[in-house]
Amino acid sequence: MWDLCTNALDTARLRGAAYGDVRVMHLRQRDLTTKNGQVGTLSQSESIGLGIRVLANGAWGFSSTDRLTREGVAACAAQAVSIAKASALAKREEVVLAPEQSYIDSWQSPFRKDPFEIPLETQLALLLAADEEMRRVKGVTLTETDMQFRKIDSWFASSTGSRIHQRKAISGCGIAATSFQGEEIQKRSYPNSFGGQHALQGYELVQSLDLLKNAPIVAEEAVALHSASQCPEKIGTLILGGSQLGLQIHESIGHPIELDRVLGQEANFAGTSFLTLDQLNKLKYGSSIVNVVADARLDHGQGLGTFAYDDEGVPAQCTDIIKDGQFRGYLSNRETAHLVGLNRSSGTMRTESWNRLPIIRMTNVSLLPGSWDYDDLIADTHDGILMETNRSWSIDDRRYQFQFSTEIGWEIKGGKKVRMLKNPSYSGITTDFWNSCDAICKLGHWTLWGTPNCGKGQPMQTMGTGHGASPSRFRNVRIGTAFSNQ
Amino acid sequence: MKPAPQLKKSSNGAGAKAAELSPERELRRIVATVLRLAKSTGAEETEVHVDEVADALTRFANNAIHQNVAELGLTVSIRTVADGRTARATTNRIDEDSLRAAIEASLSLAHSQPKDPRLLPLPAKQRYRSVHRFLKPTAALCAEERARAVRRACDLAVKNGQVAAGIYASGQSQSALGNSRGLFAAYRETHSEFSITVQEGPAASWAKANSADVRAYDPQKLAARACEKAHLAVNARKLPPGRYTVILEPSAVLDLVGFLFYDFAATALEDKRSCLNDRMGKQLIGPNITITDDAYHALQQGAPFDGEGLPRQKVLLVDRGIPRNLVYSRSAARSTGKQPTGHGFALPNEYGEAPMNLVFTGGDSSVEKMVASTERGLLVTRLWYIREVDPYEKVMTGMTRDGLFLVESGRVTGAVRNFRFNQSIIEMLNNVELLGPAVRATGEEAFEMVVPAMKVHNFHFSEVTKF
Repeated sequence: MWDLCTNALDTARLRGAAYGDVRVMHLRQRDLTTKNGQVGTLSQSESIGLGIRVLANGAWGFSSTDRLTREGVAACAAQAVSIAKASALAKREEVVLAPEQSYIDSWQSPFRKDPFEIPLETQLALLLAADEEMRRVKGVTLTETDMQFRKIDSWFASSTGSRIHQRKAISGCGIAATSFQGEEIQKRSYPNSFGGQHALQGYELVQSLDLLKNAPIVAEEAVALHSASQCPEKIGTLILGGSQLGLQIHESIGHPIELDRVLGQEANFAGTSFLTLDQLNKLKYGSSIVNVVADARLDHGQGLGTFAYDDEGVPAQCTDIIKDGQFRGYLSNRETAHLVGLNRSSGTMRTESWNRLPIIRMTNVSLLPGSWDYDDLIADTHDGILMETNRSWSIDDRRYQFQFSTEIGWEIKGGKKVRMLKNPSYSGITTDFWNSCDAICKLGHWTLWGTPNCGKGQPMQTMGTGHGASPSRFRNVRIGTAFSNQ
Repeated sequence: MKPAPQLKKSSNGAGAKAAELSPERELRRIVATVLRLAKSTGAEETEVHVDEVADALTRFANNAIHQNVAELGLTVSIRTVADGRTARATTNRIDEDSLRAAIEASLSLAHSQPKDPRLLPLPAKQRYRSVHRFLKPTAALCAEERARAVRRACDLAVKNGQVAAGIYASGQSQSALGNSRGLFAAYRETHSEFSITVQEGPAASWAKANSADVRAYDPQKLAARACEKAHLAVNARKLPPGRYTVILEPSAVLDLVGFLFYDFAATALEDKRSCLNDRMGKQLIGPNITITDDAYHALQQGAPFDGEGLPRQKVLLVDRGIPRNLVYSRSAARSTGKQPTGHGFALPNEYGEAPMNLVFTGGDSSVEKMVASTERGLLVTRLWYIREVDPYEKVMTGMTRDGLFLVESGRVTGAVRNFRFNQSIIEMLNNVELLGPAVRATGEEAFEMVVPAMKVHNFHFSEVTKF
């Protein structure tokens, strides 16, 4: 693979590129699903190709190909330079990159059980058994299960001498039960909605989830939701379960801190951000117990945002985003770091595949654990609503105003969960919400959740991001808006 | 990577010329190679999809190009059937060893599962209606031409003291589908898109067009419209949330009604996750709404065949407000006693089918007439981040974006801060007062469809944001 990289970089240099970096990537994926006791999807795929990014005449060009012959790669590199020269026809200023060392390294994400070595029969048998457990519950009208495994090899080479090979194994798994009754559809998922939990792990992730124990629980809850009370509309106390809080972090902290959005580079599609450059080190983003980091290092956990180097060849880092409630940092790359006074990228350039340009992406953007035991948090709540497992999510294009709904809610009265609530939802303004946080559960309740489907960029790229969170409490939150009809 | 002697992928080509697709005969050759190789592997039946794409996209922001990309790729996807079981393996390596490995992977996956009693034999040879959606001017559009058009758009924004961001994309793609029972289908198309967001201080507006023919729209006119509307969007005032009469431009209509498409799948009804369960044949929405799925409509794109190679049929889905018909894959048709309509997804999958070429019948009004007829309401340019809140009542939430305007006494009187909506699509389609002509609309939440602008009363805005 290094020969292909060198061929591409040499061609780009000869054609006039001042800088170039190349990614050869080999992606393998296996998808298994069941529905109502039958196998649904059963497929695997592989894709291998090369993408080269170059600077010529002070502007960027990128081209990709799966024709991995000497001629094909050279043509691709020449195309990238031609595109860069075309970009220069509509440039306003020269691209300047923050300095970065060159690295020669090889890294593999740790896993105990290679998911591609586990027999398919074993994997399908587990899904079908969980599916059957859910279908045993009367009133369930649709059962779904899924597993997804990926193995990604990437070879990164730059014209400044880096040669970095990384291999990642990613696993995901989840189950869901749906019940249609009267004029209502209710659904419960485990361990999370929209495909379950995803992490930079092997098959051990699946084995840790205990699907068979949880299948009847979610099935019974899906049916019980029909007879639960409607979540009231009010301003009140809200406790979010960890997975829902993970998505809240993703939407209302992770996206606003992307420096490309802040600088208007995503204005036409993903949107911009309320976190204009003048807010850095000044904005009180959250209450004093709110501490958020963007951490791609393995020390933080095996999340979907964990790696050794980003796709610009910058080592994984931990960046303070919110420290004691104060806004402290953005996600940057080599091109934008200097705009926030940094002399180095924070290492967040990531690409979906060989045929996509790396762009600024979340790594593992996590709320650090607090001091509360979960039972104490419930016992300390006089009147509130606990919401768990995302059902829908939406936020404006500058990331101020959001609305989330969850699959299930629980009314808390006098420190106890007293009854199930259906159709729970809440909404608010990002900074008001995070400033209303008055309790965060401790490390024992903290999970590094995986969001496998974050869309951004044009052409669209889907990326996995990690979000560590533990159940947390928020005061004076607007609850029940989604089902209000006023 | 060892290339197969006679299986070539086309070159990107040097220079800034647009990349070209392989000739169709190359795809036929790949299909034939896979079918030949599969004969010696124990596969009882084999289906092959070959898809090739040559796309390019120029992206601009802050009045300059900041990303500019091109992509060339070909994938081969193989489904084998053995002993009542089926599975799929996909690769982008086309040498014979890799293709043989993909066939064997597909068979191995297939053998790992229980027999599927619903599995049907592969379809035999079909006849297709021809569609012509490959336009040479689009295929030939190169990076320099896109850059010059972007430069002109950005210069216009600079002249107005505004900031432009957007894309100018063009490309071509082709697909071939063949199976061991003699079926063969092939399709190629071009596609192009220009989208621009113009910011003036905190205000912004947007315009976008999408067509197989790059000559069907003028990027400079779209830029001028976005510049003009961005200027109108300054000094947005805050209005209280509540129910308003809205005039939804076609992009806003598309991004909402686009969420209905899967509800018309027979499999969705069988799974009881469609909003049409227990509602077929009833007056569900207004009598002024008729919806068809028509892959052959002049403003549509896409292949005239489905994931199994069946020809797509035109289907009347909603007739004057009454849901009349669904779309059926072969499997769904078999289980419900209906005929397949050519809307199935590639197998194996758990979703069945869906209409992918929705066409709403339009009316004789226009956005201008709708504004003139409105005593008090809101003109909506675009919607954003739409998600389903209630799947049966089809309540959707989302935000307005890039140009929300107050209409008073028949004219636009100013800009308004963006709202969040929580609105049932079913209710909305019962409240349509006026329809414009149906046009090919493009947004960001749904795939392109043919829909009209709509004037709708009692649209529910629940909250307001800060801009």
